[in-house]
Order: sequence, then C-alpha cells, then structure tokens
Amino acid sequence: MFALVASVFAQSFLAPIIGRRMPLRAGWILALLPASATAWLVTLATGGLDQPVLRESLPWIPALDVFLSFRLDGLALLFSVLILGIGALVVVYSGGYLKGDPRLGRFLAFMSAFMGSMLGLVLADNVVTLFVFWELTSVTSFLLIGFDHEDARSRRSALQALLVTGGGGLALLAGLLLMASIGGTHELSELLLLGDRFREHPAYTAVLALVLLGAFTKSAQFPFHFWLPNAMDAPTPVSAYLHSATMVKAGVYLVARLHPILGGTEAWIWTLVGFGGATALLGGILAVRQTDLKRILAYTTVAALGQLVLLAGLGTAQALQAFVVTLFAHSLYKGALFMGAGAVDHETGTRELSSLGGLRSLMPITAVAVGLAALSNAGLPPFLGFIGKEELYTGALGSQAYGQGIAGVMVAVNALLLTAAGLVFVKPFFGAQVATPRAPHEAPVSLWLGPALLGALGLAFGVFHGLAGDWFVSPAVSSIVGRPQAVTLHLWKGLDPALLLSAVTVALGVAVFSAWSRVKAGFDRLGTWLRFDSDRGWDRGLVGLVQVAEWQTRAIQGGYLRTYLRTTLAFVTLAVGLTLVFRGGLVAAIPLPDATLAHWILAGLIVAAVATTLLAHTATTAILALGVVGLAIALIFLLFGAPDVAITQLMVETLIVIIVALVLFRLPRLTPFRASLGRERVFNAVVALGFGALITAITLALIALPFDPFLGDEFARLSVPKGHGRNVVNVILVDFRALDTLGEILVVSIAGLGAFSLLRMRRGAR
Amino acid sequence: MEVLLAFVTGLMGAASVYLLLSRHVVRMLLGLILLSNTANLLIFVAGRLTETRPPLVPPGGVLPEVPFANPVPQALILTAIVISFGLLAFALVLVYRGYLELGTVDSDRMRVAEPPLPGQRILPPEVQGEARSGCR
Repeated sequence: MFALVASVFAQSFLAPIIGRRMPLRAGWILALLPASATAWLVTLATGGLDQPVLRESLPWIPALDVFLSFRLDGLALLFSVLILGIGALVVVYSGGYLKGDPRLGRFLAFMSAFMGSMLGLVLADNVVTLFVFWELTSVTSFLLIGFDHEDARSRRSALQALLVTGGGGLALLAGLLLMASIGGTHELSELLLLGDRFREHPAYTAVLALVLLGAFTKSAQFPFHFWLPNAMDAPTPVSAYLHSATMVKAGVYLVARLHPILGGTEAWIWTLVGFGGATALLGGILAVRQTDLKRILAYTTVAALGQLVLLAGLGTAQALQAFVVTLFAHSLYKGALFMGAGAVDHETGTRELSSLGGLRSLMPITAVAVGLAALSNAGLPPFLGFIGKEELYTGALGSQAYGQGIAGVMVAVNALLLTAAGLVFVKPFFGAQVATPRAPHEAPVSLWLGPALLGALGLAFGVFHGLAGDWFVSPAVSSIVGRPQAVTLHLWKGLDPALLLSAVTVALGVAVFSAWSRVKAGFDRLGTWLRFDSDRGWDRGLVGLVQVAEWQTRAIQGGYLRTYLRTTLAFVTLAVGLTLVFRGGLVAAIPLPDATLAHWILAGLIVAAVATTLLAHTATTAILALGVVGLAIALIFLLFGAPDVAITQLMVETLIVIIVALVLFRLPRLTPFRASLGRERVFNAVVALGFGALITAITLALIALPFDPFLGDEFARLSVPKGHGRNVVNVILVDFRALDTLGEILVVSIAGLGAFSLLRMRRGAR
Repeated sequence: MEVLLAFVTGLMGAASVYLLLSRHVVRMLLGLILLSNTANLLIFVAGRLTETRPPLVPPGGVLPEVPFANPVPQALILTAIVISFGLLAFALVLVYRGYLELGTVDSDRMRVAEPPLPGQRILPPEVQGEARSGCR
C-alpha cells in the first residue's frame, strides 16, 4: 500500500514531462496506474466479507509513536476503489478537456498529487499520518481550484476552500491528538478497539467537537457549505473528481471511520442529524435555485453530503447500510454528471440552462451517459440510487426518535434532488435546439468514456445489486460497525413504507420540476427575505481579520523605538520583580544606612547631578551633569579600595564628556531638548520608577545575603604564586580571566571598526 | 553605605530608563551612559564595600595585607567600563550618521523601514533639508 501511495505521488512528478512530450496521450498514459490499481482492489473486493485486511507500517518518527501505517479494510477499500477508479476516468477526461492547453502537464501533476493524498488519507492507520494526508488534500485542492490563477474569482475561491478546510484541519489535529492521548496510541486500528473508553471520557465532548469541526468543514456541512459551490471555478475535471467523488467525502469518511469509538451518544446523534439534515435541505433548495449546470450539481452534492452525515449520525445498522449505498451511488452518478456537464460546456461553450436545449441528437452518447447518471440521481429504479434512497427511508424510519420527521425532510430533499437531476438532464438535452456560443457536436471519446462508464455502473450495480452488496457494501458496513455484518440489497422489498415514500418523492419531484420557474421564484424570494448569505459573511469575516491583524501590528509593532523599549523594559521589570516577590526575595525591613558624612555628600552629589541631567534644557548641560555622576562614582571607587577602577572610570568619563560634546557640536541646535511626549510621559515615568525600584530591591536583597569571600580570597592567595603579579585585580584580568579580557578587546575593536566605517561611509550609501 | 547606595543605584536606574524612553536620540544616548554606570555601581555594591586597602600584594609578600577590598567586582567593572565605552562610541557615531542620513535626531521620524502611519508623510532623502530642525 505504501508502494501504491508512493507511486501515485511519483506519477505526479512524471506528469509534467509526459504532458509536454505526449500531450495527446498523457491522460491515457497516466490513467494506467490508477486503473490497474483499481483492478487489483476489485479482485480483493470479490472476497466479500472474507476480504483480507491488509496492514503495513513503516517507522517515520518512532520516538513520537508516529508511523507511516496503512490499513486496508472494507471501508478503506470502497473509498480506494472510488478514488482510483473515478480518478483514472477523470485523468483520461482531463486529457481531452485540456487538449492543446500547455498547462495540461501541470494539471495532471496536481491531479495525481491529489489522488495520492486522498488515497493516503483513506488508507492511513496512524492519526498523524491521517492528518498529514488530510492537509495534503486541502493543499492540492487549493492548487486545483486556483488552477486558473490569473482569474481573481478562482484565486478567491481557492483561498476560501483552503482556509475553510485547512482551518477545520487544525481543529481535527487537536481532536486527533486528544484522542491519541486518551487512548495511549497513535495507531487508529488500536484506538478503534477502545470503544467506551472514549464515550465515557470527560474530554469526549471536546474530541467530538474538534473532530466534527474538521469533518464538517471538509464535507461542506452547514454553515461551512459556501466554499463548495465557489470551488466550481475550478476546471470541470476537478469539480467532477474533488467536489463530488473524493475530497468532500473525506469528512464523511472520517465520521464513518470514527463511528465505532465516537458514535452512538446523544451528542453524536443529534449533532450529525441536525447539521446533516439542515445541510441536506439547504443544499436541495439552493440547487433548484441555480441556472448554471455546475452550480446545480454543486448544491446537490451539498445536499447528498448532508444526507450522508445524517445517516452516519443515526448510526443504526440499517442507517449505516443506507450510508454506504448512498455514498457509493452518489460517487458514481455525481462524477458522471459533472463530466457530462463539462462535456456540454466544452462543446457548446456555455453552462447556462437557458442557453442550452435539444442537444440529444447532437451529442447522443453524452446524452445517454448523463441520462443514466441523472436517473440514478433521481432515485428511480432499477438504479443504484434507487436502492440508496429506499435504504435511506428505511434507515430514517427505523431511528428511535423523530424517525418520521427525518423521513419527511428526506422526502423533500430527494424530491428536490430529482428536480435538479431533471434540470441537468432534460433542459440541455431535450426541447428545441438553442444557438450556443460554439456549434456543438459529439464529444471525443476521452470526454464521454468517463460519464458513460460511471453512468452504466450505476445501472449495473442497481441491477446486480447482489454483487454490490457482497463486494463493497457488506465489508464497508462491517468496518463502520466494527463487526462482520452481511448486507443484502433489494430492488423490490414488497410494499413497505419506504416504497410509499419513494412514490411520494417521485410525485413531488416531478411536480416541482414542472413548476420549476415558479418554485425557483418562490425560493428566490425566500432567500432575499432571509438575507442569509454565508459567502458574504465570509468576506466580511476576512476583512475583519485583516483589520484585527492591522490593528494588532500597529499596537505591537508601531514603529516607535520607544514603544518597543518601553514594552521590553516593562516586561523585564515585571518578570524579574514578580519572581523576586514570589520567591521571597524581598527584604522585609530596610536597615538604616550607616553612612558617614562623606558618603552622604557623595550620594547627594549623584542625586543632584542625575536630577540636573533629567531637567536640563540643553544637551550640553545634560552631558556635563552626567560627567559629574561619573566623577562621583569614581570617588566612590577610590574611597572603597579600588584605585585602578577609579582611574579608568575617571579617564573614560572625561573622554565620554569630550567626545559627546564634540558630536553635539556637529548636530543642529536641539531645541526643545526635552521633546514633548504628552500623556506618554506618565507611562514612561511609571516604567522608569518601576525599574528603579526593582534595582533597589535587588541590591537590598543582595546585601542582605551572607557574603562569601571565597572567590576574592582565592584570587588574592594565588595571585603571586600562580600569576606572578602583585596587583590582584590586574592578575585577574590578564591571567585568571584572560579569555574574558580577550573577548572584551575583540568587542571594543569591532565597535571601533563599526564606528570607523560608519564615519567613512559615503553620504547616501545605504 | 551599601544601603544608601542601593537607593542611589535605584534612582540612577530609574533616570536612565526615563532617558532611554525619550524621543530624542541624544537623550537616549545619555540614558545609555547612565545605565552602564548604574550597572557598575550595582556590581561594586554586591561585592560589599569596606573603606580599606586596595588588593595589592606588598613587595616581598605573597598575600595582600588583610583586610583588603574584594578584587573580583573590580575586575568585572574594569571589563564593563571598557565595553560600555565601546558600545557608547558606536552608538554615538550611529546617532551622528543617522542624523546625516535622515536629517533628524527624533527617533519617531526615523521610520525608513517602517510602514507610514496614517496621515504621516515620510520624507524622501532628497528633501531632508526641511526636516533638519531636530525634534518637532
């Protein structure tokens, strides 16, 4: 399996080369791998419930319990077949759709990369691996939706899809990691055995919310449904593949996959049923409002995804069976319908219902293919879609509470889906011929092969529903339920309530279809009245986000040096000060200073000089006052047995005063020297006083500690025998800490070099 | 004396921070000088003060005569003085060069690398002349 996923990714690197060398055959060539892989998977599937469960694990980051593990069970097999099988057809289709386009190679590369990501996602058996592939599908779909990157609308849609699904992905990551920490392992198959441990864990609600946020964004559930129709800006092969058969099913897949450990609780049931039902109804209504072929299909996809989520929420064996059949049927017919719509668009140059009509005789094969898929979509016998719908009704009616209500909503949704299917099939292909931007003729084989095959399969699996049940549905349902479950599908189950509901659905659907323009107008009015538009809300949210970011940047990085300094200093003061307070470093009682008159005079001199510096109106006064401070400090050094230091201090202070004064002479007359800061001055004073208080507190704490003279005594003892010097301070500098002094010399040299080059640099050179 | 100096260093620290937070780069420079003096004095006090002999070994002796001043902070301060002098020299030249290039000593107006504020006009280098009036 690792080899399979890797080779699909490898193919994405080959695609540009093949696309450039053999543009006409690239689609066919690149379809070989997924097609043969599909064949292999189907041979596995023929085993029915006895299918082997394959597992493979490669160490990735073993220290963190992250493995590239893959596992192929019934559910993964069904999804893999859909991904690779439909993928192969879509790749062929892309070759025809983008014929003559120089970007074909790049397109096929993105497609292959997406296929690999999706395959990895459904096969992944490690939560980290799962997440990585999950995000890869978001990234590759971003590339595909934004394929026409010169079009602003495409860019916006691509970004929207990426942000919505990627943001949900982050929530999913948190949920998955939480799950892993509850279960004590990152391996999905081991987690799935833990069952009630999750449902009874206090963090269950958090896990559920995070995981569902990921699944709902990916599967375009209300209120995140808006990105999916916008993603229709992508080239049609992308819509056919990502937005019907695969990527949007990833969220549904996740819900089904985690059903054994998260499912069955009240929270699970009502969240999924509520959001799924709302999404289904909203999708159905919005679908009927559209006049663009692809947008109709997009909203029917939203509706179908809502139904799937609802079924997964109900969670009974019957509902899960309906889930798998509906999923299977939907992937087949929706892929076919999108490709058929794309073929119509490609041949006629338009997707608007009003400019299409009577294509039946001009594009007979496409018409048949779309017709087969549309009938399955409409849920008419003997198509697989019909079985799915029957199962759906039986499942809904069988649920514990509100079963009839749910079934009623589903009838409405299915009637709307039937209407939509009618719109897609009847409007373009029947009626009078309408002049279109391009003169239509039958699409080439690469364009009709996919829809025809998928449409025919929808019929074949409906007729031979035994095979579909044994090969795909039973193993998949068993995986979701967590124990072997044999499923038998029926076209005819006798006169049961489900059949009655089907009859109502068809009647209602046909009625809506025949009164379409009036229904559409009614829904339009409803829409204007409700003024509900997630898409515009999204725009506003994005603008708001940018504004918040701008405000935050201005607040934190305003570009004022003093703001940065103030923040830094205030933070240091608080951090050190709080540590001092909490670690008990504060001195309780301040001892009285035992200072002589000379000491008091020195201290007074410093205070007066500092005050003069602060209050000075000219820079010259200030630097002179500062010189007095330095001088007083030199006197303190002298007084307390440090003549060397005092001499150095005296020299350096003198130099500083002279040099600064010289530079001040070259600067303009600086008036006013104390630039007005207004209210800010108060903040500055508070920070400054806090910092000063901190220094006093630290000094007091230091001198309250018992003094250990060891180091000084030791240096003094070793000075003559080891350092051969009589001045202990000098010996420390040039001998015991010679490396420090070397570093100091280096620093001063570099500062000197820097100053020198700054002075010699040409004016204006930056 | 140590207790007295604890308060003196505190005052110096407060004053240096206040100067550093100024708009005027020369005042910031003064704050820098004062801050290094504060740090040096703090180190000196931490090594304890005794009005006594410097740590020198008399000729012919092996040990300095007790009591002698703690030599460790003295060595540290010597290093610190020289380094802060180097830093100051560099900062001073930077201020001067900044004035030559940007025509101002107001740090608020040294915004070449920053986005313009709402309503703020960034003066291009050609028209620096009119800005050469120091602070607003």
